[in-house]
Amino acid sequence: MDRRAGGGETIMATSEVVHAHAGPQGFIRKYIFSLDHKVIGIQYFFLALTAVWVGMFLSLLMRIHLIWPQVNLPIVGHIQPETYLSLLTMHGTIMVFFVLTTAPQGGFGNYFLPIQIGAPDMAFPVLNMLSFWTTFVAFVVMLAAFFVTGGAPLHGWTGYPPLSAVQSTGPGEGLGADLWITSIAIFCAASLMGALNFITTTLDLRAKGMTLMRMPLTVWSWFITAILGLLAFGVLLSAGILLLMDRNLGTSFFVPVIVVNGQLMGHKGGSPLLWQHLFWFFGHPEVYIAILPGMGVTSQILSTFARKPIFGYRAMVYAMLGIGFLGFMVWGHHMFMSGMSPYSAFAFSLLTMAIGVPSAIKTFNWLGTLYKGRIRFYTPMLFAVGFVSLFVSGGLSGPFLAQPTLDIPLHDTYFVVGHFHLIMGVAAIFGIFAATYYWFPKMFGRMMNEGLGKAHFWLTFIGTYAIFMPMHYLGMAGHPRRYSQLTEVAYLHNLIPLQTFMTYAAFITIGAQFIFVINLFWSMLKGPKAADNPWDATTVEWTTATPPPHDNFGGQTPVIHNGPYEYGVPGAARDFVMQTDPAVGAAH
Amino acid sequence: MGLALLAVIWLITFVSTYFFIWHPWWLPAGVSASAAAIDHQFVTTYILMGIVFVLAQCSLGLFAWQYRDRGSSAPPVDYSHGNTTMEIVWTVLTGVLFVGLNLMGSKIWAAERFEPAQASAVPVEVTGMQFAWYFRYPGPDGKFGITNPKLMDPSAGSEAAIGLDTSDPAAKDDVVTGTMFLPVNRQVDFTLRAVDVIHSFFIPNMRFKQDAVPGLAIHMHVTPTQIGDYEIACAELCGLGHYKMHGMVKVVSQEDFDKWIAAREAEKQ
Repeated sequence: MDRRAGGGETIMATSEVVHAHAGPQGFIRKYIFSLDHKVIGIQYFFLALTAVWVGMFLSLLMRIHLIWPQVNLPIVGHIQPETYLSLLTMHGTIMVFFVLTTAPQGGFGNYFLPIQIGAPDMAFPVLNMLSFWTTFVAFVVMLAAFFVTGGAPLHGWTGYPPLSAVQSTGPGEGLGADLWITSIAIFCAASLMGALNFITTTLDLRAKGMTLMRMPLTVWSWFITAILGLLAFGVLLSAGILLLMDRNLGTSFFVPVIVVNGQLMGHKGGSPLLWQHLFWFFGHPEVYIAILPGMGVTSQILSTFARKPIFGYRAMVYAMLGIGFLGFMVWGHHMFMSGMSPYSAFAFSLLTMAIGVPSAIKTFNWLGTLYKGRIRFYTPMLFAVGFVSLFVSGGLSGPFLAQPTLDIPLHDTYFVVGHFHLIMGVAAIFGIFAATYYWFPKMFGRMMNEGLGKAHFWLTFIGTYAIFMPMHYLGMAGHPRRYSQLTEVAYLHNLIPLQTFMTYAAFITIGAQFIFVINLFWSMLKGPKAADNPWDATTVEWTTATPPPHDNFGGQTPVIHNGPYEYGVPGAARDFVMQTDPAVGAAH
Repeated sequence: MGLALLAVIWLITFVSTYFFIWHPWWLPAGVSASAAAIDHQFVTTYILMGIVFVLAQCSLGLFAWQYRDRGSSAPPVDYSHGNTTMEIVWTVLTGVLFVGLNLMGSKIWAAERFEPAQASAVPVEVTGMQFAWYFRYPGPDGKFGITNPKLMDPSAGSEAAIGLDTSDPAAKDDVVTGTMFLPVNRQVDFTLRAVDVIHSFFIPNMRFKQDAVPGLAIHMHVTPTQIGDYEIACAELCGLGHYKMHGMVKVVSQEDFDKWIAAREAEKQ
């Protein structure tokens, strides 16, 4: 035995001892303050599910207000223009942080990363529990902003100062804004804990034989997302603290001499652009934090249901690493119109275009995976195919916005709103849906209803295209985003019919989400019992019991002999070879 | 199910593409010297991305249908882990496409943003505040007078709103208005300012957009090429009245512009 291998085993043995903990006793330790990554994963999942309904409800109110500004809604009442801005701020913030960041990584990543690498739990179970409960506190603080004097802030999810830095700039910029920033700061701290845990677990707790290049692409995607989170959330945390200081301690990091409503404010010398640099240094990687796990799960599902190895496994890994790496060097493409040096736009633009290359590799490889496969169309597969379609549609508007020249007409219009909703919103949500339908049997021990699942897919697929594709047309016509009413600017009048169409499409799409929730809860209670491996899949989570025991493998540590996607292997007894089966060849 | 996916994905693709080609909603008529080049770059990007869009979506729909599980009669799947040659080919192709597009557009950007305004350009200072735009012309002396934040009084409008220090000799002949007049076919040298929060000065017809940022004076230039009235919209969220922070540009002949500015100067006396 050489020294390296020996050293590795010592570390492995130590970390197993460190994190091995007894099975939970009592309801509170088992389900509330649980240390089990599976329970924590489910807690994250339900937090995100709650958040997505709040976020969706806010968007519905926005769509109603745009078309019928005078309508009096039950309970909500008459929506004022400033309320519309609070709705959009809270919609964006809740969706980005508490849904798109929480569900794929905190939810599915937490549940399946340890099982997929053959580990009995996360490296730091207590940290994992703290991470969830800190996120929960952040969510409560965020919601509290609705109920304080002045209501929720109206500065948008990007919170540009001075609007977000001075109380008198508008309703909601008082205590509401303080709560909003505090919530985000708490969320950042929670995400840092999670990121550390994911990285350590992936590096240290892999089962024997689980080399990096045998890890499922889902594990790669959670691992890379965790690295992005570790580097990005710290920056947002610092920026948030500086903003709180500007608001409450009289500092001037982001605020120069300004006059609000005729009142000279006490600030001087600060730079509003500094916030934008810090925010987008986090904000752009955040886009990939939201979408990378979707890419991972889509790869996993396409391969599983096409009954074919993933096309170009290594290229897929390198593409995700490339996207993650480049993702840190392109933040300036959000700032072409900001007053930043126009020379730097060249570099930001070129690097942004370069991200198109690994993104295109992923798309080609997904198509290559389907090519000559034997596709089984279960609901997870439909959502995975939907993900590819939406990723293409949302991705191809990127090269428009990456060019500073085209940002002159398109920046801050609905074109941008359509672009990021398709790719970071809907495609990522399709990744979450695909993951839910795919892993539900393992998580809850029962199958979801296929008929309801398919109805949910078709309505959501067509519905989201009907909402977000027309936004590109609005943007081309020069419709600025974040306008609470369409009556004041004359050229917007022609666009109202298209806006109306989108509102009706939103009604139908949101209606379809009830099918999902009914299916989810009904199947949890009444669905048919699931087998250990209902999809004939190859990765390690399908080798263990359904649902998995406390230590995931019932005291037996799996040993890995194969790559993650060995489907249709010629000469094999079945059309899939699991990662724990005897080795099928030297390929992986 | 494969056939349904084929039908729906193709339908979405063709309906979207139909509206993009028929374009009932499109960039507004371009009325500045840079509009033609920007629009050309837009259309080029549009066609190239459109081709990729249709090809990718159609292949996705086609593969979903063609390679559906046909039961025991189907041929075995192609046991392949990929194809390095093809990976290299499409990496290079997309690299060339994206970087090429970027380089094509960079000339226009340089002309817009790197070159200073001509000496003969009409100087106009644009000031954004919640929720109005004010425009200032330096008058016959060609110099803008001093403004002072302590003097700003938005409720009084015009000169007082932007805090013009009337004791400064250079301020005596400054003209401040709420509607912008510009002479046709002459370059305008904008100085963009904001007094409270960030606003964005967006004239869709002129393919002009630039944020106005508190603490910064940003210089930009544009040349209107057609007489007419054009709307200004604020494109950066600036508070509850963001949606109504709009203004008008009136592009007139040089003669009418001279008359208009002379009349404003006369009013000040």
